[in-house]
Amino acid sequence: MPSAAGGRGIFEDGVDDAQMSKYLVKRLLLAIPTLLGAAILVFGLLRAVPGDVCEMRLAGTGMYVDEDQLALCREKLGLNDSYPVQFWDFISGYATWDLGESMWTGQPVTHEIGLRFQLSLEIAVVATVFAVIIALPLGIISAVKQNTWLDYVVRMFAVAGIAMPSFWLGILIILGLLISTSHFLGTPWMPPIEYTSPFDDFGENFAQIIFPALATGYRYSAVATRMTRSALLEVLREDYVRTARAKGLYESTVINHHALKNALLPVVTIIALEFAFLMGGLVVTEQVFNLNGLGKLFVESVLNNDYIMTQNLVMLVVLIFVITNLAVDLFYAWLDPRIRYS
Amino acid sequence: MKQFTSKLAVAAVVGAAMGFASPAMAQTPKSGGTLNIVVPSNPPSYDAHRETTFGVIHPLSPMYSLLIRVDPEDPQSSKFVCDLCVGDVPEATDGGTKYTFKIRSDVKFHDGTPLTAVDIKASFDKIVFPGEGVPSSRKAFFTMVDKIEAPDATTFVISTKYPAGAFLPALGMPFNWIYSKKDLDTHGMDWHTKNVNGSGPFKFAEHVAGSHIAGVKYDGYHHKGQPYLDGYKAIIAPKMALRLQAIMGDRAAIEFRGFPPAARDDLVKNLGDKITVQESNWNCGNIIVYNHIKKPFDDPRVRRALNLAVDRWSGSKYLSKIAIVKTVGGVVFPGHPLARTEAELKAEVEGYAEDIGKSRALAKKLLKEAGHENLTFDLHNRAVDQPYKFVGTWLIDQWRQIGIKATQQAVPTALWYSKYRKTKDYDVGVDANCQSVVNPIADISKYLCEATNNYNNCSNPKLNDLYQTMNRAGDFAKQKTLMTAFEDEVYGQAHVGNGLWWYKINPHRSYVKGWKIAPSHYLNQQLDNVWLDK
Repeated sequence: MPSAAGGRGIFEDGVDDAQMSKYLVKRLLLAIPTLLGAAILVFGLLRAVPGDVCEMRLAGTGMYVDEDQLALCREKLGLNDSYPVQFWDFISGYATWDLGESMWTGQPVTHEIGLRFQLSLEIAVVATVFAVIIALPLGIISAVKQNTWLDYVVRMFAVAGIAMPSFWLGILIILGLLISTSHFLGTPWMPPIEYTSPFDDFGENFAQIIFPALATGYRYSAVATRMTRSALLEVLREDYVRTARAKGLYESTVINHHALKNALLPVVTIIALEFAFLMGGLVVTEQVFNLNGLGKLFVESVLNNDYIMTQNLVMLVVLIFVITNLAVDLFYAWLDPRIRYS
Repeated sequence: MKQFTSKLAVAAVVGAAMGFASPAMAQTPKSGGTLNIVVPSNPPSYDAHRETTFGVIHPLSPMYSLLIRVDPEDPQSSKFVCDLCVGDVPEATDGGTKYTFKIRSDVKFHDGTPLTAVDIKASFDKIVFPGEGVPSSRKAFFTMVDKIEAPDATTFVISTKYPAGAFLPALGMPFNWIYSKKDLDTHGMDWHTKNVNGSGPFKFAEHVAGSHIAGVKYDGYHHKGQPYLDGYKAIIAPKMALRLQAIMGDRAAIEFRGFPPAARDDLVKNLGDKITVQESNWNCGNIIVYNHIKKPFDDPRVRRALNLAVDRWSGSKYLSKIAIVKTVGGVVFPGHPLARTEAELKAEVEGYAEDIGKSRALAKKLLKEAGHENLTFDLHNRAVDQPYKFVGTWLIDQWRQIGIKATQQAVPTALWYSKYRKTKDYDVGVDANCQSVVNPIADISKYLCEATNNYNNCSNPKLNDLYQTMNRAGDFAKQKTLMTAFEDEVYGQAHVGNGLWWYKINPHRSYVKGWKIAPSHYLNQQLDNVWLDK
């Protein structure tokens, strides 16, 4: 990030590199207690839930269950170890990037999460792109044309999006596709239910990703539209905007060059937090579309009492939020040069 | 065990829209194509010897062979046929204690290693006599086994300590996959949890965790001419609605566990003759568990009253329209020769009489005698819709008819088990007994007070004595008498009550041919006789 001269870097408007480095180190150090707190919380809560993975695995079907086999399973998975030992294994493994193996599948956690991460990231990115493309223009139109029929339509669109759960919209999309294709093409069609990498078959991948991205992106865009509208309305009432107008600048210049950039601060926060949420929080929508993402893995791990997998997923989500928040804070400096990192 | 043809087992192959589909047997199988299956569960490992879930059986069974298996052409009969052995399943010799199997000499594992009796011995040794620290979930099914031998490459001998009716069905369980001794010796007893080397009709192709498991045709399969499919893909799809939509949208052709009636009707309504429906009695049933260590359920009169209040016959009629339950039965799989007939149930067993008014009057009288006329309690249930919550809701309504107020507490599976197995602080619960091969003598072990999966905390040595005697009785008539006595003791003490037996409904794309529904979702899953009529 620092320039070759060691002076001002990319934040040319006044953020000193030394200050920035100090700020970054401080934020990264602050992440450690956050992660540790999350680790203690998830470790404790999981152990407070009755039952264990061995019971789920060997007794979950209603068939005969052998107590010796249960004891053997618990021994093999380290469930008989004391809680401090289990916690130390968890923390030390996390610190050395040895995340262990899933208690349910026996596969390395990094492998299991890695498989799902790609799909969750794809959906989060596509949904974000969709949301931004929709939200910014609509939010601006709604603010600029406040209390006109256009504003009412946009607000209705946004309120509907916020009110409508994305999983429900997902169900409607699937049913709509099945019914409409059956009616018009004679054969019901639905999106693929297994993951294909975009590098193997882009069309198949796109067909799987686009509908859940639309379902989640709609709610996402609705939130961002509302935020863009209210933030822009606030900025448009500022003195400097009035001054710009008084100078005879075009309205588009006033909006795009003077008002919008300042109005984007809360919008960026919302977009970033929604992005982080999408990475780990698409629990129900992923089930609706049978997406093999992090949300589905989360549900399965919790239901199976797979402590190792659940712990690591929680830590991953916490890490994503920490990184996203940091990135947003850094982005603020670019949007508003008055912000200093000290 | 006497093999039987179930009289009541319904194996209706129903043409979806119009009436009846033409039997698959009448057509010549076509080769080719990939069968897409939806599976509700994610396999914990690849090792069926240690796992108990159909989540292992459905995606991985087609990669393995069994010594004997339920006849894939007639799975309703529970007749066993040879898979790796030659000819018919042998009769026991030496007073019913010795089974000598001739093993095929043309079988190879997918890695090219010849399969011999030595591999079969090594596999059953692992199941029956697992060493220290080696998991085997069905070890207890083979307590009667004395010796396992492989005198030569084509002879496998297994001897029991006594003639046991439950032995042959245990041998034919779909979890008894045959592993290569070389793999066990070289890689150890855990190798099969993450690796596949079978001799079944399909070879392992890939497993994308959480997404699917795929198999491709094994050209060296020992049943010549099979398999017909080029491959199959088992797609993991936990949500029932999605599995239904997948069949509707032809992303999958079949789901082997079973759908509720409404899902069947949806598919039939929308796809007409593109859907074929197969239905069967299911070797699973809900059990009403009374916690004997909690008052007032320590009083047999209270437990009997609860059993008497339930109108199973009308429940079968109406509940079967919305839930995957249907058949009225006692402790034995309905229709099995060891089971009571419908007439016998009505005449002899408390809680099964046709005159529900009379039963409920007696129930009220018993509650009054016990001093619990206005009984209230929590019904501990599993938060799974089909059929647990449906059955729970129905039971509460039945008990309401005699003035009992029960409240359903449906909890996640882990908590459900924990209350049964650890804390034991529940009043009355809904449990299930779900088995694979129809093997009543083994299946009813759940009703024994000593059984680790019996959660009613009862004590009844008489039940255990009856069971042990029955297990050692080679003679069918004697088994039947003992089974009736066993059932009388279970219901006489009202240790548990039976809800309804489940009913398996498998709607599938009509182009799937050759697969025939079995009385269990664990059975007939090798897919070697399945083909696609596309």
